[in-house]
This record gives sequence, C-alpha cells and structure tokens, in this order.
Amino acid sequence: MAVLVVLATAGADVRAVPAALVDIQDSNYLPPTLTVPVGTTVRWINHDEETHTVTSLTGLFGSAGLDLKEEYEYTFTAPGVYPYTCDLHPHMRGTIVVN
Amino acid sequence: MDRVNRRGFLECMAWVGTGVVWTATGGVLSSRVLPAAAAEPAAGSFSFVQISDSHVGFKGEANKDAAATLQEVVTKINALPAPPAFVMHTGDLTHGQKPGAFDTVAELLKGVKTEKVLYIPGEHDVFVDGGKEFLGRYANGGPGWQSFDYKGVHFVALVNVLKYKGEHLGALGGEQIAWLKQDLAGLSNSAPVVVFAHVPLWAVYPAWGWVTEDSQQAMALLTRFGSVTVLNGHIHQALQKVEGNVTFHTAMSTAFPQPAPGVGAGPGPMKIPEAQARPMLGMREVRYVVGTSPLAVIDSTLA
Repeated sequence: MAVLVVLATAGADVRAVPAALVDIQDSNYLPPTLTVPVGTTVRWINHDEETHTVTSLTGLFGSAGLDLKEEYEYTFTAPGVYPYTCDLHPHMRGTIVVN
Repeated sequence: MDRVNRRGFLECMAWVGTGVVWTATGGVLSSRVLPAAAAEPAAGSFSFVQISDSHVGFKGEANKDAAATLQEVVTKINALPAPPAFVMHTGDLTHGQKPGAFDTVAELLKGVKTEKVLYIPGEHDVFVDGGKEFLGRYANGGPGWQSFDYKGVHFVALVNVLKYKGEHLGALGGEQIAWLKQDLAGLSNSAPVVVFAHVPLWAVYPAWGWVTEDSQQAMALLTRFGSVTVLNGHIHQALQKVEGNVTFHTAMSTAFPQPAPGVGAGPGPMKIPEAQARPMLGMREVRYVVGTSPLAVIDSTLA
C-alpha cells in the first residue's frame, strides 16, 4: 500500500519526465508524429550530412541550421498540436502532440 | 545514336571543345564527347561559364573540402581555350551561411580570368537571415533579380529561394514575374534569351522540392522566343529537357553529387568516397555562335 502511494506521487512530478527524441534521417523527422506529456523537452538530432532546421509553422520555436550530429531542444509547456518543418526542405513535416 | 546530318555536323564543329556537347535535333537531346581543339571564334560569338552549388563550408563523405574543389574548378575555367565573357554562379555558394564562407567564395572566384562574376542565391545562402547578407553583398540590398544584354543575347537572372519558409518550394513571386514581363516586353522574338535560376524551372521531382511552384507563369512569358536556354542548379546533377524552343539544363555541383530523382530515401548528399564523387562534379561552358540555335552547352568534370 505504501509503495503504491509513492509511485502515484512520482507520476505527478512533470520535471522527472525524460527528454523525447526525434531523429532527422534522410530528410525525414522520425517519428513524424511524437506524442508527449506537457512539460516534455523534445530533442532533435540531425543524422544527415545535409543541413536541416526544426522550425515551428506558427513561429513558436525554431532552431539554427543543424549540421551532422548537431542537436536542438524545445520544452513544450502547453498542450496542443505543434507542426514544424525544415527551412531548407519545405516538404519535410513533423508534428509534436502535447497532452 | 548518330542523328546529326551534314548541317548539324558543321554546327557541331563550331562548338568543338573538351567535355560533353549537348545538341538538340528534332527535340531530342543527344550527347557526344568531342576532342579538345582550339575553336576559331566566329565574329560576335562568345562563351560564358555556369558554376553552381559550391557549398563552401560543407564537410561530408563525398567531399572533405568544398573550397578546394571550387579552386579546382577555377583552375579549369582558366584553362579554357578562350576566356569566358562572364561566370554565373547559380546559387548555394555557401553551405548554410557559415561565418567567412561568402568571403572564401569571393576570394576564390577573384582568381577567375573573366570580366565579371555574377551570383544568384540558393536556399542555403538565405535561410538564416532571409537573404539579408547575400542581397547586401551581391544585389546592393535590392531584390536580387536582374537582366543584361551581351552581344545580342538577353540574360535574365531570377531568384526563386526567398519564399522557401513555410509551405513554399521554389517560388518566384508575383513581383518578380511582373518585373520579368516588362523586362522581356521590348525584345524581338528572335533575340536569344538565357534564364538563370537556382531551383529548376521545370518539375524535375516535386516530392524532393525540385520544382518552382509558379514557374509556369514565367515560362509562359518565354514561349514566343525562338531560342530560350534555362540554366538551373540545386539538384547537383546535369539533367536536360527540351520543350519547343526552350532547352532546360540543370548543373553539376562543384562540391558533392545528389542522387537521381527518386533514387533512394532523399535528395541529400550522396555518401560515397571522394574519388567516386569527383567525376560527378564540375562546371559548364556555354557557347553562343551568331545565327545558330540552341546555345552549345559543354559540361566538364573534375575527373
């Protein structure tokens, strides 16, 4: 019984949620749609030799040009659906869904 | 495939040079490799050079030093039998506007023996700051599109990478198309026209962004001319298309090759050893011989 109470308390602490990962590979965001809880820091890693950006379609967030192995992070503090693209490759599309 | 008749052969001989000559007969493009020989330039004839996608700042498997291969191309241009009237760089000078990259390109191209070097931007040259640095350097802060006449040929340089953010692919925009309309208005149908733009002006492969969404409006303004040559970059390989009097050529990069349309997962740099990439890098000489059409396009590679 005491153990169950401890676990319930830990689940309510949003700062303990680990970073979620999006890989940029062959000009794709993988996974294309990532669903995360409020407060999550999402990390994008570029695995391509080509430069990519992570740019919100609503202007909420945007990375610099990411070279091979470079990373970008953004912390989502409000629920919603957040589409984004690459400034160099407009056909690239990803979405973060925040619950 | 030998489709050239006697008149075609004589026209070919006026265009002898190193590399591959593309000629159009009956709307079909064919190529042949011709031996190097000093051509006797006919009066009023001239040549210019197109280079593209130097991506200075890029470092990958296919090329550890994009500035070095650009320097090799400069050496190649200076080895041409006759100096070109000008050199046009059709964009992606830099790989992401890294500090110092534009300076490196400018310094290297100062070594070219020619009257002037002209530039239009690629998306890699403008995505960081919306084109502020590039247009400040190469367009006096203006919109970047321009035209000029040289020995009876009308040259137009277009910018189709400044509307990239958001949903757009390559795009010219209404203002530029309106400018093009009035720019062409006074020309006779028999004036040869050459059009430069970074992103191809025909739909090479839209799924990879190899298309200009409003190019049809520009091409409609060009259909009345007897000779139109469209020279593009962006896709890091030489492809050709003929549509009536319009011949389209995309150019090789001086930095790294990209895969053929639709071959593989995406349009990014091919991951191949440098020795394998070199035969796919190079530059292009274009020769105009008075009274002939189309212009002769001569591609030559680094290996």
